[in-house]
Amino acid sequence: MDIIKGIRTRRGAKLNIKGAAEKILSGKISTATYALNPDDFFGTTPKLLVKEGAVVQAGEPIFFSKQDPRIKIVSPVSGIVKTIERGPKRKIERIIIEANEGGEARTHAVDNWEDLGRDALVNLLLESGNWPFLTQRPYGTLADPDEIPKAIFVSTMDTAPLAVDHEFILTKKYDSFQRGIDVLNKLVDQNVFLGLDATHTAPFKNIENVQFYTISGPHPAGNISLHIQELCPINMEDRIWTINPEDVANLGKFITNGEFSPERTVALAGNAIKKAIYFYSKIGAELAPMVKEVQATSNNIRVVNGDLLSGNAMNLEGHLGYYNNLVSVIPEGNTYRIFGWLPFKDNSILSLSNTSFSRLFNKSGFNIDTNLNGEERALVVTGEMEKVFPLDLYPMQLLKACMIEDIEKMEALGIYEVVPEDFGLIDYANTSKIEAQEIIRKGIELMINEVG
Amino acid sequence: MNFLRKRLDILKKPFEKGQKLEKFAPAINAFDTFLFVPNHTTKKGAHIRDAVDLKRTMVTVIIALMPALIYGIYNTGYQYYAQTGEAFTFIDAFIHGSWKIVPMIIVSYVVGLAIEFGFAVYRGHEVNEGYLVTGLLIPMIMPVDIPLWMVAVSTAFAVLIAKEAFGGTGMNILNPALTARAFAFFAYPTYMSGNKVWVSEASNVDAISGETILGTLAAGGEVSYSMFEMFQGAIPGSIAETSTLWVAVGALILILTGVGSWRIIVGGVLGAAVMGLLFNLWGANALMSFSWMNHLVVGGFAFGIVFMATDPVSGAQTNKGKWIYGILVGIFCIMIRVFNPAYPEGVMLAILLMNVFAPTIDHYVVNVNIKKRKKRWAIAQELKTA
Repeated sequence: MDIIKGIRTRRGAKLNIKGAAEKILSGKISTATYALNPDDFFGTTPKLLVKEGAVVQAGEPIFFSKQDPRIKIVSPVSGIVKTIERGPKRKIERIIIEANEGGEARTHAVDNWEDLGRDALVNLLLESGNWPFLTQRPYGTLADPDEIPKAIFVSTMDTAPLAVDHEFILTKKYDSFQRGIDVLNKLVDQNVFLGLDATHTAPFKNIENVQFYTISGPHPAGNISLHIQELCPINMEDRIWTINPEDVANLGKFITNGEFSPERTVALAGNAIKKAIYFYSKIGAELAPMVKEVQATSNNIRVVNGDLLSGNAMNLEGHLGYYNNLVSVIPEGNTYRIFGWLPFKDNSILSLSNTSFSRLFNKSGFNIDTNLNGEERALVVTGEMEKVFPLDLYPMQLLKACMIEDIEKMEALGIYEVVPEDFGLIDYANTSKIEAQEIIRKGIELMINEVG
Repeated sequence: MNFLRKRLDILKKPFEKGQKLEKFAPAINAFDTFLFVPNHTTKKGAHIRDAVDLKRTMVTVIIALMPALIYGIYNTGYQYYAQTGEAFTFIDAFIHGSWKIVPMIIVSYVVGLAIEFGFAVYRGHEVNEGYLVTGLLIPMIMPVDIPLWMVAVSTAFAVLIAKEAFGGTGMNILNPALTARAFAFFAYPTYMSGNKVWVSEASNVDAISGETILGTLAAGGEVSYSMFEMFQGAIPGSIAETSTLWVAVGALILILTGVGSWRIIVGGVLGAAVMGLLFNLWGANALMSFSWMNHLVVGGFAFGIVFMATDPVSGAQTNKGKWIYGILVGIFCIMIRVFNPAYPEGVMLAILLMNVFAPTIDHYVVNVNIKKRKKRWAIAQELKTA
């Protein structure tokens, strides 16, 4: 295998939190209901195709995107649409489907896929519900079927806190993974890039038709924004697509048997559970049975779809998100702490700041909770964001440009090159408790509305 | 602890949302959060947060100021007793200094915090902790005999005009503490400069000469202090700036905790040293031939570069900008000292000047990044059309 580039970064931080998942696959979890949450698809407004009580097949479209009606999100299971939950202004928050084991699945003709032209292949993926696996830069929205991306990035190295091991997830799926890569190659203009952990490239040595690159360094070294910057810097009109490793395998599986594959190997991790392990399940599965299996240490916990820096909070009635392989479970931190302003007090709380000795101790990992550890304040301290931000742009200046909604400035400072998750560590580390990801998300929404 | 918490919760009842005293919630919250880190959990964004907050950062600065302050209190008494020729002990000197300085600190905090609390209630935001540092800095850089009402007026001016008028903490262009000093300097020059103000009671007792080293040099006099005395700080001057030794200890605390920018401090020392050396080579007057090493240890330069220039709000914000900003503060400080006999000490004006130019420095530093991006776009466009 040829490695075209080794990406190394020092700016960032490894948050050493207790409870990373052991590489044990605890078997299959089937739950009574499955749910789709339209908020998982950034920048997409859902238009429903089914009503409550409708009988649906696995792979049958449940809703489509108002922005592009060709993009359909399909049901991961066969069953009955149980409830459609709506929030304020009748916004659709969740579509819950009661599963019917052994129900029918919708199939598509895929035998001749290798002979299909690009347009026909795109149509097949759109019709079959595989399209939402592809997201697009800039902005991190669903991929636009009318565009031909310059490159497609797949990163198998996750550096976020409690990150999953994608090699372990793909253990038995390398054949499907390869076929998925082949499909991607028919969609892309130039290359499919595959990012590997620099210390551990062997499992992927037989994968073909990709450009390999390696990654080393602390979080956010695994974030694709950095890889794009290093390998294929994004310009104003460029489009680059990204897809998660397991979804490449899902795509490969679909192209083999014609059935939409919603497989999701999910790790439960965190310091509020007794045993952190992997489960084999499906997109949208209920979280409660999994949490029960790993034995939460108390009831006062937060269950997060995704990693602790950029995931979405769920309660125990929640369902697995569309994209995440990780569910983080940590204790809530709704307690008071006396004299927190004293430097070098409370060294058991993980801190990147030198006003705490925490990094000298606790080499074995930290117990962490959701306390804000302070209150939001005006931006005062400078230089701390740059320490945890490896991209070649000025994060604080970009945040300020987003706050004042100055589109020209946002453009000049590099809004096209970031997604909110790149600012996860800034959320974590900044002294003023500024909600950086929220600011960037609003900035990107503004860009989508004003510039498109 | 639980008992205290419960009492506080009862006390806070009338300040809660929808209650009678809701408007004054920021005031009571300031006291509550001083005792306890609130039980707030993350609502959006990252689910976990660092232990550091603005309170902790500001308290770290206050800790770094302590060595200089304590030495300043002692030195106030020491200068007085040494020059009157009375016999005295360490305790006597300390008591004399405290008797002079503690009231100034109290006045500065009371006036400044009253305004800060007022604005927090008026604007409906929480009280920011920045004033904890400003309020201590203001008396530390004043001459010891300045009347308390002048401290009060300068403080009020600084907080109102230099800070709140710009939108409060994080928005100000000039360092508030230095603005207070500059206000006093131009409004009450007889209390802020000359040879009768730098030692306690110098204007009342004839035996005391209250002249600073830089003042002596500017007047063409001979300096009788050794370099070690200047470094250690047993010299006349503003209250807490005389001891380079204890300021250096503070600098070490700021740099090791990462709270103060080492780039600005190192840049400033470099800038001043090189400028001093150049003037040494020129040597046209007493201040020019004053050794560059001595330039670094006399006057308020060390205190200014460590505690005032490193203010992250009014200083440069980019890493490269911090270098440029620090070096320029050093250069201008020595230049003002040497070229302008009306201002024997230049550090205050040098920092205020660079405060004004800090956004410009950052603008050009950030522009390099912007230009790089635009150039890449332009090349991509050309390739597309070609």
